[in-house]
Amino acid sequence: MTSIDDSRIPGVQDPAVQIHAEAETPRGYGSMKRKEDARFVRGRGRYVDDVVLPGMLHGAVLRSPLAHARITAVDTSAAEAHPKVHAVITGETLAGLGLAWMPTLSNDTQAVLATDKVRFQGQEVAFVVADDKYAARDALDLIDVQYEPLDPVIDARRALEAGTPVVRDDKDGQADNHIFDWESGDSAATDRVFAEAEAAPDQRVVTADILYPRVHPAPLETCGAIADMDPVTGKLTLWTTTQAPHAHRTLYALVAGLPEHKIRVVSPDIGGGFGNKVGIYPGYVCAIVASIVTGKPVKWMEDRSENLMSTSFARDYHMRGEVAVTDEGTIRAVRVDVLADHGAFNATAQPTKFPAGFFGVFTGSYDLEAAHCAVTGVYTNKASGGVAYACSFRITEAVYLVERMVDVVAHDLGMDPAELRMRNLLRPDQFPYRSATGWEYDSGDYPHTLQVALEKAGYEALRAEQADRRRRHEAGERVRLMGIGLSFFTEAVGAGPRRSMDILGLGMADGADLRVHPTGKAVLGISAQSQGQGHETTFAQIVAQELGISPDDVEVVHGDTDLTPFGLGTYGSRSTPVSGAATAVVARKVRERARIVAATMLEVAPEDLEWHDGRWQVAGDPEASRSMAEIAMAAHSNLELPEGVEGHLDATCVYNPPNLTYPCGAYVCVVDVDPGTGAVDVRRFVAVDDCGVRINPMIVEGQIHGGLADGVGMALMQGIAFDLDGNCLGGSMMDYLLPTSLECPSWELGETVTPSPHHPIGAKGIGESATVGSPPAIVNAVIDALAPYGVRHADMPLTPAAVWCAAQGRPLRTDLAIT
Amino acid sequence: MEITVRVNGVPQTRDVEPRLLLTHFLRDELRLTGTHWGCDTTNCGACVVRLDGVPVKSCTVLAVMADGASVDTVEGLAHGAELDPVQEGFVTCHGLQCGFCTPGMLMTTRALLDRDPDPSPATIREAISGQICRCTGYENIVRSVRWAAERTQAEQQSEVAP
Ligand code: FES
Ligand code: FES
Repeated sequence: MTSIDDSRIPGVQDPAVQIHAEAETPRGYGSMKRKEDARFVRGRGRYVDDVVLPGMLHGAVLRSPLAHARITAVDTSAAEAHPKVHAVITGETLAGLGLAWMPTLSNDTQAVLATDKVRFQGQEVAFVVADDKYAARDALDLIDVQYEPLDPVIDARRALEAGTPVVRDDKDGQADNHIFDWESGDSAATDRVFAEAEAAPDQRVVTADILYPRVHPAPLETCGAIADMDPVTGKLTLWTTTQAPHAHRTLYALVAGLPEHKIRVVSPDIGGGFGNKVGIYPGYVCAIVASIVTGKPVKWMEDRSENLMSTSFARDYHMRGEVAVTDEGTIRAVRVDVLADHGAFNATAQPTKFPAGFFGVFTGSYDLEAAHCAVTGVYTNKASGGVAYACSFRITEAVYLVERMVDVVAHDLGMDPAELRMRNLLRPDQFPYRSATGWEYDSGDYPHTLQVALEKAGYEALRAEQADRRRRHEAGERVRLMGIGLSFFTEAVGAGPRRSMDILGLGMADGADLRVHPTGKAVLGISAQSQGQGHETTFAQIVAQELGISPDDVEVVHGDTDLTPFGLGTYGSRSTPVSGAATAVVARKVRERARIVAATMLEVAPEDLEWHDGRWQVAGDPEASRSMAEIAMAAHSNLELPEGVEGHLDATCVYNPPNLTYPCGAYVCVVDVDPGTGAVDVRRFVAVDDCGVRINPMIVEGQIHGGLADGVGMALMQGIAFDLDGNCLGGSMMDYLLPTSLECPSWELGETVTPSPHHPIGAKGIGESATVGSPPAIVNAVIDALAPYGVRHADMPLTPAAVWCAAQGRPLRTDLAIT
Repeated sequence: MEITVRVNGVPQTRDVEPRLLLTHFLRDELRLTGTHWGCDTTNCGACVVRLDGVPVKSCTVLAVMADGASVDTVEGLAHGAELDPVQEGFVTCHGLQCGFCTPGMLMTTRALLDRDPDPSPATIREAISGQICRCTGYENIVRSVRWAAERTQAEQQSEVAP
């Protein structure tokens, strides 16, 4: 290897040193058009379903119509007799191969195809392989499955009651529906503060029951795969919709016993992920088995109902929040109890040591004396769960809980919610701040960020307008009620430090490799997987910034495990915090290699050079300098390099984050509510985000826009409910309402910039901030609008019916359906 | 059944099953994979193409119903290397992220601009309200279409100017 000593390379030893100098002279950063768009606007994207391989067959999955039933017989003979059918695979076929069950990302097991019983409506029972997709669907109707119905467990709140049927009777020693208990924070210290608050005449305890209902990420492209097992070479190529190609490769190797070097996972263009494409689904495994059995490539693409009913959902947290607070509004402690509905298989995707994800940041953006939470996970007869939905590993639930509770406190104290927040926010001089549950917040100026948002919204004028509306409403005029909602969130993203964060033993560090060709053009390989985030552009800009070349001269390769270094993929807003850091560090390695070559070219010592304006220059002599292109050519030439220097500039690195990064933001939402119909209009939405240094502000803003729309969906429309028989009531886009252009306002964005002190370029990640921060702002606004009706809390989704019931003081009917 | 459909100006004759959806005819028979598919219930609009000029959801049209008609897809939008103004607008204003809804959005908004060259943001929102985008939050799509409208008008004005 090279004789270059890594410890001399800025960014490897002390990344912080580099930030400020470079943040002052941005080069590769700034809004620029995305490189990937040229193909997308021409209809030349290449999504999994666009791929056609010679001789390819098509698979389809037969699914259970029942939520809980024993399988007594499966007859596939008629399907097998269909002239276009090549194979029918059942749970029994898979059991023969030892593949009927697969491990989940949470160390549980999940049925690939059911053998003993079905455990949720839509569960995979058989897999048909046919000449085309129409024939495969036809053959599904020819399979006869006999079911013996069992009582389903649908209401998580009753899952642990004695006498409740046991969902997972397949597991040795599992006598009930309990999965785990997890807690965080100091329970004794928290109880002490609460006891004090209860006893003191000028303090109180504020309590509320808050549900974060089950929602589904519903990316526009559903999940699917093409498995191509080459019977001669034994190499499996899997084209698949995955946000984590490398992690999937390793898991397939472990699950199926295939040698890992004979597995190539290709994740081409992905039509949105939002967490939906982190897990491994039974259909993928069936496609692989089908390709092995038939000796041909097999494509499987799920339809929309399959996507909504069977792939991993998010949230489903039943929370009880308690806040100990003085009558003046100083929040002293927060206590939370959570019942988490994980469905039939615990397939939660999060760092393994965190069964409730990063819910531990429920202390939010406030300086608390103490905090404690306890989370209990249970099995129910619903689709497997808890994967995520742009949630940064359960931070959506945590932020929603604390930001809703702060508004409930404001309501009970009769205080303005902005003033209450301002009073309790962390101060800039408290950073780095260690929270009551042990998280080390890296940087931020919270009061400033909130102030910017309030000013941008014109908060005082809004309150004046609201007061006027309320007067008119009280006078009997037919006016829509106006609500103003705030939220202040702290995110914790960029998982994560290897010592504490892994998924099934795979540490969450990311690699990057950077090759610089003789003409100075560069190719960057990353493990992060774009699902629309624009990595081909942003990551090129990072390299460009570090090497003094144009982003157009950097090609970013991703989504193919044969071509890219190992890393854990894109979710939890980790691309820029982890792979982005790896990219900056590897580019700095290249730059240091270039320094030695430049020194040789200029006949000076490397120490005599300084990096200036994108070139290595002799200190004090601007005439004597070399560009990266000149250096790259020399590095590949017969220029005689110092003893021990190998030539070329290529480098690799693995970035192990020292900490998470902590983006934050202040959101203000204005709604108009028709008290007669319960209809909610989001009139304005002001979002001030602080994600540290912005590489491509245009892309950052696009990420925020998308997350805000998600917030509108979750707060007002989305929500997957079940009837008491376990029928999924949100199994199509007719029933599961996603926001359209008419529900979304024209977003108003602002920014503050507090660089992360430990990230090589000071960036913090932005992918999920808005999804985390917007639901509480919207719900707070609706509840605020309903103040004349004395409403203190109502659960999402705040559909017209839910809002109308809340205003009338009636419970929304939950005797027919459970959310 | 044998059908002939003029797709992006080129007549295409194929023998198809009567139940074949137009979206699958385009994607699987003609390998024009720019037209996408995203739902089972005519809600998402990822599949929008123009049938005799009118934007339709091609998942809700049988291929045989398009016999003798003209179908325009996203692949026919650019004029050689030159992008249509709506395509350029989407690139310039970041009107797309994952790109999955984009072909449908482009076809709908091109048709909108053909009948209303200067649509207001509200009109644009109305026009795309039958289509879902999960990534952009719609605002930049609206801006993209406004950009295309303004660019087209500016070009026309400079053409008529002496
Ligand atoms: S595929 Fe969803 S509307 Fe056509
Ligand atoms: S850009 Fe992804 S769905 Fe619209």
